[in-house]
Amino acid sequence: MSKILNRLLSWTDERFPLTQAWNEHIGKYYAPKNFNFWYFFGSLAMVVLVLQLVSGLWLTMNYNPSSEGAFASVEFIMRDVSYGWLIRYIHTTGASAFFIVVYLHMFRGLMYGSFKKPRELVWVIGMAIFLVLMGEAFMGYLLPWGQMSFWGAQVIISLFGAIPVVGEDLALFIRGDYNISGATLNRFFALHVIALPLILIGLVFVHIVALHKVGSNNPDGIEIKYKKDINGIPLDGITFHPYYSVKDLMGVAVFLIVFAIIMFFMPEMGGLFIEHPNYVPADPLKTPEHIAPVWYFTPFYSVLRAIPDKFLGVVSMGAAVAILFVVPWLDRSPVKSIRYRGMLYKSALGIFVVSFLVLGYLGTQAPTPMGTFLARVFSAAYFLFFLLMPIYTKLDKVKPVPERVT
Amino acid sequence: MSKEGVDVGRRRFLTTATTVLGGVGAAFALVPFLGAWRPSAKAQAAGAPVEVDISRLEPGAQMTIEWRGKPVWVVRRTNNMVTELPNLNDRLRDPDSNESLQPSYAKNIARAIKPEYFVAVGICTHLGCVPTYRPDIGGISANWPGGFYCPCHGSSYDLAGRVYKGVPAPLNLEVPAHRYVSDTVIVVGEDQGAA
Repeated sequence: MSKILNRLLSWTDERFPLTQAWNEHIGKYYAPKNFNFWYFFGSLAMVVLVLQLVSGLWLTMNYNPSSEGAFASVEFIMRDVSYGWLIRYIHTTGASAFFIVVYLHMFRGLMYGSFKKPRELVWVIGMAIFLVLMGEAFMGYLLPWGQMSFWGAQVIISLFGAIPVVGEDLALFIRGDYNISGATLNRFFALHVIALPLILIGLVFVHIVALHKVGSNNPDGIEIKYKKDINGIPLDGITFHPYYSVKDLMGVAVFLIVFAIIMFFMPEMGGLFIEHPNYVPADPLKTPEHIAPVWYFTPFYSVLRAIPDKFLGVVSMGAAVAILFVVPWLDRSPVKSIRYRGMLYKSALGIFVVSFLVLGYLGTQAPTPMGTFLARVFSAAYFLFFLLMPIYTKLDKVKPVPERVT
Repeated sequence: MSKEGVDVGRRRFLTTATTVLGGVGAAFALVPFLGAWRPSAKAQAAGAPVEVDISRLEPGAQMTIEWRGKPVWVVRRTNNMVTELPNLNDRLRDPDSNESLQPSYAKNIARAIKPEYFVAVGICTHLGCVPTYRPDIGGISANWPGGFYCPCHGSSYDLAGRVYKGVPAPLNLEVPAHRYVSDTVIVVGEDQGAA
């Protein structure tokens, strides 16, 4: 039997680089031996991507992307389709889980300097993934055609109207109608289920190819490629399979336990994952009392609200995302990992995390004078983290980095 | 690529010409794909003018109709409401509506053809929410003279849809093209004299 399989494999290898690809990316891909739990989130992001693709595919089998039928078809999925409720809750919980995992994955990068040379492109591609993911989430949120779907999209598309001269025409072009309508819903559906997932999968592929070219960073921020044994194998490297494939499996198990608890017992997460006004069908003539985006957009939404000028508010919100792309060129520190950085970077990163969380909280709340004041303070802190980075990373007192990983 | 015995200049010219021509072709191929995103003929037809019967509107009352999928208000203002308007000018961002959208025949202090009837698109110029009609004096704050208030981000407008200073909305509410067919019937979406 194994003889036949071996012959089949060599037959394939002569026609397709199967063994070569397996060895390059899994079997003989050497990753640093000192990964900690922060390194789970990359593989978890891929697990969530698969969850979303599969549950999303099944949702399209019963969903009706028209302004007349969308809301009712979602209710139909929830009530009448066998296990429809489960598939939809996988998808809604998966959307929030995606952002939790991706935010932690990005934070890991900031913490251990995974964006620094030679991994700038890995970071930039990752940011492109984040951007597409935000578009994917935004368009997906319109599809249930509830009040929050409608008015959330109305607010975000109106942002384009703030662009001088072409803004209003651009908003009309995006909507395909004079107001958000079935035309908008239909094209968002097409983009959500075909265009953006394809781009997302392509970008994830490129992200991994780029990562495997330069090799994984690690909590010490030491390049393991510099210390190799006589066979050219990094002394501090272990093969991805079986060491990290098994370790990641463990991470997936823990993740799925948490995921299942949320999905079965609190799928709405008190209105954070599925907002309550979204159980009312979209009504273009009546705005809900309080509009808030889903939690993963609220930090950026807070920045938008903090600025009293419409156009500058839109620019600031865009800048809050765009500035992440250039982090590799803002950081002047000679060391990568936070373990060998000084108090300046540690405090800056701490302030940044607090700002992000406070902005996120404020974005879920109705605007108050105090809230607006806090949003301004923390928006400033958010931007200063990046804008002052070239200065404080240069001044920062770094510790000597050991030769080998610890 | 071997360059032996090759007219490099000719090859470069042909490469450039092919690239440019191909690029132009690709740009033309984009036209139908981008064009398909514009409002369809059906959406444009549904955006046709609508008639509104205002005969049953009480003084001080507001009615909402749908035009192009957007809410359009007709507010029948009382005499008091209209005479109050000029007194608010210094609290407003664009009191003379120089930057705001309205047909030329509604570019006056009442922003209307007849000061009694105010017609406006009920969409906040900030981020597109629908403001609420709040004619109750002192209702939003102690010196609230009556107007429109947006619950989303707190933008406020006076009873001619003119935006206050210090709120996020940049412009006055849009006044759509409209005309009177008779004393009690308005057509929204058609200019005066277009009939």
